[in-house]
Amino acid sequence: MIQLLLLLFASIVTSNIALTFFLGMCPFVTLSKNVRVAFGMGMAVTFVMTVTAIANYLLNTRVLIPWGLEHLQFLVFIVTIAALVQAIEMFLDRYSPALYAAFGIFLPLITVNCAILGVSLFVMLRVYDLRQTVVFGLGSGIGWLVAIIAIGGLRKKLIFCDAPESFTPPGITAILAGIMALAFIGFTGMAGP
Amino acid sequence: MAETRGLKVPGRGYRLFRSKGWNVFVDGLWHNNPIFGMILGLCSALAVTNLMLNAFVMSLSVTVVIVVNSLIISSIKGLIPERVRMIAYMLIISSLVITVDMVLKIFLPDVSRALGPYVALIITNCIVMGRAEAFAINNPVRHSVLDALGVGMGYGFSLMVLSLMREWSGFGTLFGLRALPEAVTPAALMSIPPGAFFALGTYILVVTAVRNRRKGR
Repeated sequence: MIQLLLLLFASIVTSNIALTFFLGMCPFVTLSKNVRVAFGMGMAVTFVMTVTAIANYLLNTRVLIPWGLEHLQFLVFIVTIAALVQAIEMFLDRYSPALYAAFGIFLPLITVNCAILGVSLFVMLRVYDLRQTVVFGLGSGIGWLVAIIAIGGLRKKLIFCDAPESFTPPGITAILAGIMALAFIGFTGMAGP
Repeated sequence: MAETRGLKVPGRGYRLFRSKGWNVFVDGLWHNNPIFGMILGLCSALAVTNLMLNAFVMSLSVTVVIVVNSLIISSIKGLIPERVRMIAYMLIISSLVITVDMVLKIFLPDVSRALGPYVALIITNCIVMGRAEAFAINNPVRHSVLDALGVGMGYGFSLMVLSLMREWSGFGTLFGLRALPEAVTPAALMSIPPGAFFALGTYILVVTAVRNRRKGR
């Protein structure tokens, strides 16, 4: 149990998927202008990440490995993600218009979000079991959400700064992300490696 | 036109440098450079640049995937129904990436292990699909390949600059060879993730400054 809690903490803070593994950088830079948009995208990512990590874990261990089809892993993972995102979008559209209005527009973008595929790949590479997969998927999603909201807030402050002409986003966003990454990594050692 | 390309035309410079193909190539290399022009494919640019060798292998893999993908897409562009073209790109790219991954696992097992999931993540690298959608789908094969090559090399150039900064200051080496005196302590900060952000930020800021100055003239 304690191991799972440590994994959750590590995936949210010390091995944050956006700030230490650089996954999902494109929306991280382009969508973080506004905290509201960042929150919607973050929620959508968290949800899809958890669902696809579990689905790909099951497919990988129950179908691909027993049948000796490991070389198709990447193809199967990306197709699963695309199909699941489409299904989630249709489901939300039909049964929960409020949720669809809140983060429906972000769902098509998520198919090509490398963070989603990255989490499924990490689960495969690090040989997690089902419980670890659930915790890791959820934790990574929350970590990404926290990071994008934080950078959204910081960029809002940046509007009032009188920076030199060349110091515009995306360059300055990368520097900000670097300082934030430093702060997140500073938690290392609090909870194991 | 084709037979005169590359020949010196009296008084007008080399024909090669004025051809459409050359312009397409240079556009990809500089104006549409993935890292500082279009801000695409940042994940891998940040993740693999701690060592120059990794960055070099990564840029080579990405370039191969972009070029072959653009070649295939522009050759069969008449056969892809418009509504399912994204899926078609995805399947072609995934197959190419699986091939590249296998080749790396066989010939460069150490680098392949160091790159970890980032080779597989070429699938979701927006550069590859971006070139297919923005260029290869409605341009002739020759220009599509040149465009892909330009973008791939532009990406490679950016990665090499970033990894040069990071490996030199973070480890004091270049391609694994000692490049700083023993007495100098390398700034380990540059080899860990925050260093990647600092290097990328500095790089983009410098390029933006250069571009602004050129525009102002």
